Amino acid sequence: MARAVAIVGSGQTKHGRRDDVNFPELIHEAVERALQDVNMTPKDIDAVVSGSMPAFMEGMNMMHLYWSDALGGYKKPHIRVATCGTTGMSIAQIAYYHVASGMFDVVLAVGGEKMHEGDPQGTMNYVADPYFSRPFMSGAPGIFAWQTNEYSFRYGVSDERIRNAAALISVDRRDWGLLNPYAHVKTKVTVEDVLKARIIAYPVRLLDVCPSSDGACAVIFCSEKAVKKLGRKVAWVKGVGYAGDEVWLCDGDKVYWESAVTAAKAAYSMAGIKNPIKELDVAEIYNPFTFQELIYFESFGFCDKGKACELVEKGVILKGGELPCDPSGGVLCTNPIGATGLIRVAEAAMQVTGNAGDHQIPGAKTAFSHAMGCMNQINGVMIVSSEL
Amino acid sequence: MAQDTKAGRVFEDRVSLPFRYALGTTMTRFFDEFKDKKIMGTKCPSCKKVFVPARYFCSRCFDKMKEWVQVKDTGVVETWTMITYKYSGQDREPPYITAQIRLDGADVKFLHYIGGVDMSDLEKVREFVKTGMKVRAKWRASRNGNIHDIEYFEPA
Repeated sequence: MARAVAIVGSGQTKHGRRDDVNFPELIHEAVERALQDVNMTPKDIDAVVSGSMPAFMEGMNMMHLYWSDALGGYKKPHIRVATCGTTGMSIAQIAYYHVASGMFDVVLAVGGEKMHEGDPQGTMNYVADPYFSRPFMSGAPGIFAWQTNEYSFRYGVSDERIRNAAALISVDRRDWGLLNPYAHVKTKVTVEDVLKARIIAYPVRLLDVCPSSDGACAVIFCSEKAVKKLGRKVAWVKGVGYAGDEVWLCDGDKVYWESAVTAAKAAYSMAGIKNPIKELDVAEIYNPFTFQELIYFESFGFCDKGKACELVEKGVILKGGELPCDPSGGVLCTNPIGATGLIRVAEAAMQVTGNAGDHQIPGAKTAFSHAMGCMNQINGVMIVSSEL
Repeated sequence: MAQDTKAGRVFEDRVSLPFRYALGTTMTRFFDEFKDKKIMGTKCPSCKKVFVPARYFCSRCFDKMKEWVQVKDTGVVETWTMITYKYSGQDREPPYITAQIRLDGADVKFLHYIGGVDMSDLEKVREFVKTGMKVRAKWRASRNGNIHDIEYFEPA
């Protein structure tokens, strides 16, 4: 039987272009903030889990070893997790396993990226096999554009309607980002701006796309025993789900996306959630591209198949709606990839403990967090709640 | 003169390493058949799906696939995009069109370019390239047994 696990605190760097620090210094900034958040020192940490994108991203192998001192990793068990975009969520889930298993009481989870040091799309292209896929992948925008066009064709959604829904998401998330002190992109945009932005990969335009960010996030997971000693409000992990598709992205269904459906169902089942739109108060979805979030709404059961545009048009998932999504501004405003999934988890925990500051959803008790990675291959979900 | 240390400097470097990727015998045969303009798949003994490109084992059933099946070099575009941005290591200069194509006789999709289209204007491209359209491989005259033996797929 798994032990109860709580997220007790977190720390984020100011995300953006961070030429003022090298990579370990950036990591140190996030870890120091997380430790200060819970009044701990590295001596209080039993084990460390960390990760980032493939080595090509920053041009260095075994990045977690380079970070070791910045993680307070001296004399501690320390493993690296790398699942591309999902990395941050994988880190969170493995930190959860560490505590749930009974092996450790206090575990530090850290993700980071310094995307201004290399060529992110070039790096991502090398996740694809060299024989069949690499020439055609065209980085993340190419993959997500395929998925979007397949979606609109299947459900007969007009180009005009899907672009409008995507633009509403872009405007909403960027408005939220203005309220988050750690967000990278802080720009007010209009629907018109999004629709007229430069095209990258049809139908994806510049304002449908996340930035490349430098940034790190640290989250501390504790057992019930350790939580009692802390005496503070925490976020209990109520459900986790994680699933992968086949490696060849042409084998499976990315419209009603199998790994996303499976991961969400597993997390709902563990958390006892039957009607996500009613029972969840807030969601932090991995949305590097506006259009992809539409596919998630359906795969996560927020609406029926083919109805995601309607969900957006009715404002259900926008600010003030029944299930506001991405109040941190989301990935659209901040994307240091190795940290990004973990930021979703940290933000979900901040929401249910009432620590989200200006982007707090009033009274949020149950929050959904998610990340996706590889060539549309992996999805992970973690649900947290203010109640054990 | 002291530098402005608040900004921090950057150290520039470039990494370049040679690789030699083994194809394995299944992929070797798959690409060798390209020389005769043949596209081959392998069929799973359990789920009976035909996989193209041919591969050694089924992605879901885990079974080895020893039965080879020739599929057509025609198919249907299941999704596509036009790429208009640049990144390091790109195979072609943008703009170019990529697509997922279900080849006739295959149960999964195949990746390649769509060509023979005026790409100067997206709206023109959208009139010409449609999800659901039939396409045919345009083989190169000189073929070396790799994915580039097909130059692109063109409307059939």
